[in-house]
Amino acid sequence: MSTAASPSDSRESGGGAAPVLELKGVSKSFGAVQALYQVDFAVAPGQVMALVGDNGAGKSTLIKCIAGIHPISDGQIFFEGQPVDIHGPKDAAKLGIEVVYQDLALADNLDVVQNMFLGREEVSSLRRLDETGMEKKATDTLASLSVTTIRSVRQTVAGLSGGQRQSVAVAKAVMWNSKVVILDEPTAALGVAQTRQVLDLVRRLGQQGLAVVIVSHNLHDVFEVADHVTVLRLGQNVAEYRVADVTQTQIVEAITAGTLSKVPGQADAEVVTA
Amino acid sequence: MSATAPANTPSPAAATSAASDGLGDHARRWWADVRAGDLGSLPIFVGLIIIAIVFQSQNDRFLTSGNFVNLIVQAAAFIAIGMGIVFVLLLGEIDLSVGYVSGVAGSLTALLLLEDGASLPAGVAIAAALALGAAIGTLHGVLITKVGIPSFVVTLAGLIAWNGVVLLLIADRGTIVLQNDLVVGFSNDFLADGTAWIVAVAAAAIYAALLLNERRVRSAANLPTGPMSLTALRIATFAVILFAVVAIANQDRGIPFVLVVLAVLFLGWTFVLNRTRFGRHVYAVGGNAEAARRAGIDVDRVKIAVFAICSMMAALGGIILASRLRSVDPGAGGGQILLYSIAAAVIGGTSLFGGRGNIKSAVLGALVIASIDNGLGLLGLSSGTKFVVTGLVLLAAVTVDSVSRKGRAQSGRA
Ligand SMILES: Nc1ncnc2c1ncn2[C@@H]1O[C@H](COP(=O)(O)OP(=O)(O)OP(=O)(O)O)[C@@H](O)[C@H]1O
Ligand SMILES: [Mg+2]
Repeated sequence: MSTAASPSDSRESGGGAAPVLELKGVSKSFGAVQALYQVDFAVAPGQVMALVGDNGAGKSTLIKCIAGIHPISDGQIFFEGQPVDIHGPKDAAKLGIEVVYQDLALADNLDVVQNMFLGREEVSSLRRLDETGMEKKATDTLASLSVTTIRSVRQTVAGLSGGQRQSVAVAKAVMWNSKVVILDEPTAALGVAQTRQVLDLVRRLGQQGLAVVIVSHNLHDVFEVADHVTVLRLGQNVAEYRVADVTQTQIVEAITAGTLSKVPGQADAEVVTA
Repeated sequence: MSATAPANTPSPAAATSAASDGLGDHARRWWADVRAGDLGSLPIFVGLIIIAIVFQSQNDRFLTSGNFVNLIVQAAAFIAIGMGIVFVLLLGEIDLSVGYVSGVAGSLTALLLLEDGASLPAGVAIAAALALGAAIGTLHGVLITKVGIPSFVVTLAGLIAWNGVVLLLIADRGTIVLQNDLVVGFSNDFLADGTAWIVAVAAAAIYAALLLNERRVRSAANLPTGPMSLTALRIATFAVILFAVVAIANQDRGIPFVLVVLAVLFLGWTFVLNRTRFGRHVYAVGGNAEAARRAGIDVDRVKIAVFAICSMMAALGGIILASRLRSVDPGAGGGQILLYSIAAAVIGGTSLFGGRGNIKSAVLGALVIASIDNGLGLLGLSSGTKFVVTGLVLLAAVTVDSVSRKGRAQSGRA
């Protein structure tokens, strides 16, 4: 399949690197509902890829397929060029794919360190939790992301603001030498200042060489942090752009009226609106 | 943040600044937490002091060394069973079957020891009863997680069924008198005075070594350690309480053997809850099961293990009770065992809503309940009065929990 009509070479921040994560012809149906149809999608190291589309376009479904929550019906996922099968969240994590879910999935009664290491706690001798080591790593990770507003990493996350919680969830995702970080609507519930915090964080992830996928309904945010954007419409990839080459109006047009190729059985007819 | 403060210096110094705080800063922060609804063990200590003052003013036998030793022995079974209940409450679940599970374990132990029957060694009989307890809990856990029946229903069925099993086991024999010295000695033997002192001094020294070592490791890793005076205060408090207990108990019969067993269990389970992966996962499942699942934690396995632990501790409680009474009768496991054990955990400060609590709460709560029971007994008041007062104390404890939850919600810490 072609990468459609978008001028996708010479990525300014990706340095033209090969994609770390690539989906080819991925389809997913829930019974009669075709949630994804022949979707191609790729993201390279250092790239911040926005994934946009109307409600029900299939964005969350695409993410869940990558995260191993839904098995794909058709197509193939490649990681660092190799075809991979992802059967559950643990498989995805092993590859270095981390997802920040919209509802964050933090345990309110646990502190910042405990949440960041949840399910992957480190132990020293006698199967004793290595609290010192974990606290140090968590502090370092937060510092490397310039998260400075959290008073103590030993306070429970219940006492954190929305933006701080989001920062913790993101830090949790990047701590594991992850290569791909996927964020589902990370700013949806945040105020202006906190949105800024999180967007800065996302941009820094890209600068650090991670491949970042960010789902958002807010085109303003997309233009602010992303360098590439993929538009889904009714489960199909209808457009890919470099953010530098496109206007908000063009993206809105693609979201609402992007030309579909949906004639099942007649694949490879990818069309792009411009 | 006000304009006068240079907002958020871009260094991780904010996290390390706590190292230079003094004792006063810690006290202030603690008080702020209390006001925000994080009460910790504060209400229970206040409660114990009030209880001591009230009963002592009514009957000066309450605060005697003899009664102190009685109180420990009376509370022992509730402490053991309450420790198991704490695990279940941390998940936000409940176990109503612990009373009769303890009865089943007591009956089995008695039967296995019968001199005209199996006549097994004490160690084997106790191990068998504990294993049966763990098996019962595993069964409960599997029904709850794999079949999907609420724990309330599964353990309510257990409450009825295990009562039946007690009757099936020993109803035709009536009361079985325990004759094994070791099992009877479990609740009725005491440490020699000298031994008790050696154990106490060793325990205090180990506690001090652990705290100081933790400080050393943390400061080596450049992490905040809190003021040295706070560490010293904690060590001193621990030692003073421990030595006071030994000194008072030694004036009478001494430290009951069962107290040593409970102390070991207390340390062991506290270690499991606070310092192991499993314990961390228990808190996580109780706090947000979905988050735990997405973090790759096997939620069902954690729950099954917790119900197994709970029933095993209930079994131990049953053995302690049988040992104290030197016999088992068909009423074993009934009476106040279930309600007092759950009440102990809750009064001690473990939340019914899951995710908050610790093993210490079972110990403190059982002491409160045993004190009320014991004190009202000394005053010669009827069982009726005892139950009304205990019920009111439980209500007060749950009210404190609910109100402090609201406080946390208002201060954004719920
Ligand atoms: N588990 C499921 N079972 C059946 N249908 C599903 C399931 N999950 C998603 N769908 C369907 O797949 C389509 C895409 O849904 P998806 O959640 O991916 O949309 P989205 O792009 O994330 O929308 P939004 O912006 O509202 O979050 C929808 O038609 C939805 O009804
Ligand atoms: Mg969605």
